[in-house]
Order: sequence, then C-alpha cells, then structure tokens
Amino acid sequence: MTERKTSLSRRNFFKNAGIAAGTLVAASTLPAFDTVLYAAVKRNTKGPWYGIAIDIEKCIGCGTCAKTCKIENDVPQEPFFFRSWVEQYTIKKDGSIKVVSPNGGIDGFTQTIPDEEIEKTFFVPKMCNHCAKSPCVQVCPVGATFETEEGVVLVDEKYCIGCKYCIQACPYGCRYFHPDKHVVDKCTLCFHRIKKGMNPACMDNCPTKARMSGDLNDPESAISKFIRTRNVYVLKPHLNTGSKLYYNALNQEVR
Amino acid sequence: MPLHLKRLLMLGVIIVSLFLLLKHVLTPDSFGQYGHFRGKAIDEIATHPIKFIGNKGCVSCHDTIVTMKNEGYHSDLSCEGCHGAGALHADHPKTEKLFKPATREFCGKCHSINKARPEKAITQQNIKDHHPEKNCIKCHNPHQP
Repeated sequence: MTERKTSLSRRNFFKNAGIAAGTLVAASTLPAFDTVLYAAVKRNTKGPWYGIAIDIEKCIGCGTCAKTCKIENDVPQEPFFFRSWVEQYTIKKDGSIKVVSPNGGIDGFTQTIPDEEIEKTFFVPKMCNHCAKSPCVQVCPVGATFETEEGVVLVDEKYCIGCKYCIQACPYGCRYFHPDKHVVDKCTLCFHRIKKGMNPACMDNCPTKARMSGDLNDPESAISKFIRTRNVYVLKPHLNTGSKLYYNALNQEVR
Repeated sequence: MPLHLKRLLMLGVIIVSLFLLLKHVLTPDSFGQYGHFRGKAIDEIATHPIKFIGNKGCVSCHDTIVTMKNEGYHSDLSCEGCHGAGALHADHPKTEKLFKPATREFCGKCHSINKARPEKAITQQNIKDHHPEKNCIKCHNPHQP
C-alpha cells in the first residue's frame, strides 16, 4: 500500500508530466516525415542521380527503342521477354479502353479500331522506372538486386536464385525471367553505356528524340529542365515507389 | 551443471559455429561493400560490351551518306536505328555486313497512317493504297526523303 502511494506521489506526477511535455516540444522541432517527399528527395551527393523522361506527344510508336534494347542487351527475341516496350492506348467514344502491344511494338502498330470510334489514342513507351524506393529490391531474399548510388536498379545475375519474387513485386511489370540464364533480368538503364558517358541504346536510337535520361541532381541538365517546364507525371504515384520515370502528357488512364 | 544441460549446451555451440562457418564460406568477398549486395556485380555489369556505337562511329567511313542524311528530314535519326547495331561491323567491315531495310512494311513502322501518331511529328501515308506495286525506296531516297 505504501509503495503504491509513492509511485503516484505529486512529485512523480510532475516529473513524468515534465518529461512528456519536454519530449513533445523537442519532437515538434524535427522536420515532418512525409513518405511521398522522402521518395522524391534527391540522393547521391557525390555524383549523378539518374532519371528518365519520356514525351508521349513525340512518340510515333515505331518500336525502335524496344528493338535496339533487345539487341544491345541480349534479351531473347521471342515475345514476352522485354526490358523496354511500347503500348498503344485507345480510349473509345463509348468510354472503354483498349491497350495493345503486339510483340512489344517491335514490328510496328496497325490501327485496328476505325477513326470514328476513337476519342483519343496514343503510344506509351514503357521500361524500368528505376524507383528510389524500389519494391522489387525490398523483397529480394538474398540481396541479388540493388540500387546503385547513381539511382540505377540492377540485378546481380550470379547471385540471383531465380525465386521470381521481385517480378511479382514490381508494380510496373518491368522484370522477366530469363529463359536461358534462369535468373531475373531487367533494364539496367544501359549501365555499361552510361558509365562510359554514352546514352542508353533506346534513347540514342529514338528517331523523334521522345525519350531522354540524365542527371536529376544537375538543375541545368536537359532532363531537369524538361521536368520543370512540362506537365510531367509518374505511373502509379499512390504506390509511393519513388519512380524516376517522368512522362510528359500522360493520360490518367495509363497504368 | 547437470550432464544433460552440458550436452545441450555443447550441441548448441556446435550448431552456431557450423552456421557461422558456412556463412563465412558462402558469403562472397565483396558482399556488403556498398550495401546488401555483391559490390563486384556493379563492375561486372558496367563492363558488358557495347553494340550500338552511335553516328560518330559511322561517319569515319560513310561520311558522304551521313552528311546527306543530316541535311534532310531524317537528320535526327541514328544510322543504327534502321541498319542495326554497328560495333561488329566497325571492327570487321569486310565480313560483318549491316542490315539494309528495303520493304514497305519497314518504312510503314513509322510512316503508315495511325491516329496515335502525332500528325505534326511525322509524315504519314496509307501504305496499302500509295503505289502498292513499288518499294518506297524506288522513289524516296531514305537518306534524303
């Protein structure tokens, strides 16, 4: 009985209340933790922090990006294995949406829906978003996929055990299982090219210069200016993946 | 300490040391160098061979045709976008020949009519009706269309 009285004494009450109030005041001076802001914060103070920008208003759907990607990176030629591909979105006047991507766009697109039924149609080139908080990296059980300090998401093909968990985790469908190597494969942003100062193969060969990659840390780089001056948007922003693939003139229908 | 506890303790020590030994042997040297991955993988990926060398690689031999292309509507196009990757051809120009696209379908990948192609961005033609008996390159020089 006496013990309980001491623990609830007036002195102790004031002491605990003081500690609690002090902690609250101290915590209120810290910056607010905003997960969305966290994903967009630029990282890597030493060098470049790579991002990608695609201008949908310029894409003509020729599929050169998808074709050159397969050659440059030894991606199997059969359909369904893509590091980079093009989709055609068609929004019909009745409100329905049709998405086609025959062989990833490599053989070109043929318009199948007559003009009268179309409200709007456009091409959406897709590739790895090189997210700053990649869900695919977070789920790897062995540490075979990782983000480099430049913000490029890579797969270590010697360490991958082929469990395919990352394929399920990627919300953008950007990974595939390599049929010969039996490991997961994905876009490297042509890491072997950008390390030598070149552009990724898909960007170099795009005939309308609809796509670019570059350093987001440098405010004067072409990509930084593009993002500042256009209405850019990322895919599935509500998932908070920290996607660094910015689309100009992206319709909300694109998933 | 009772004997059965001593035995259990010894078994525990053996299991833990076996685990530590296996972990030491199986973990690659460079694992954890930069993060939770094999550090050497970065260099391995960075040293993959390059296959698309860019227009600068073409111009040293094919200067007239590159200049012609650069003066026309196709000035923004890369040579390898149509002709394929040029690294092997640049090293062995006699044996490794590049692709010369000549079909109507190839030109149509960019120029066939499709409502999704921005009209201002590209000239479009109905490739089924427009002189169907001829190849496009009979009339249009692809390097100066």
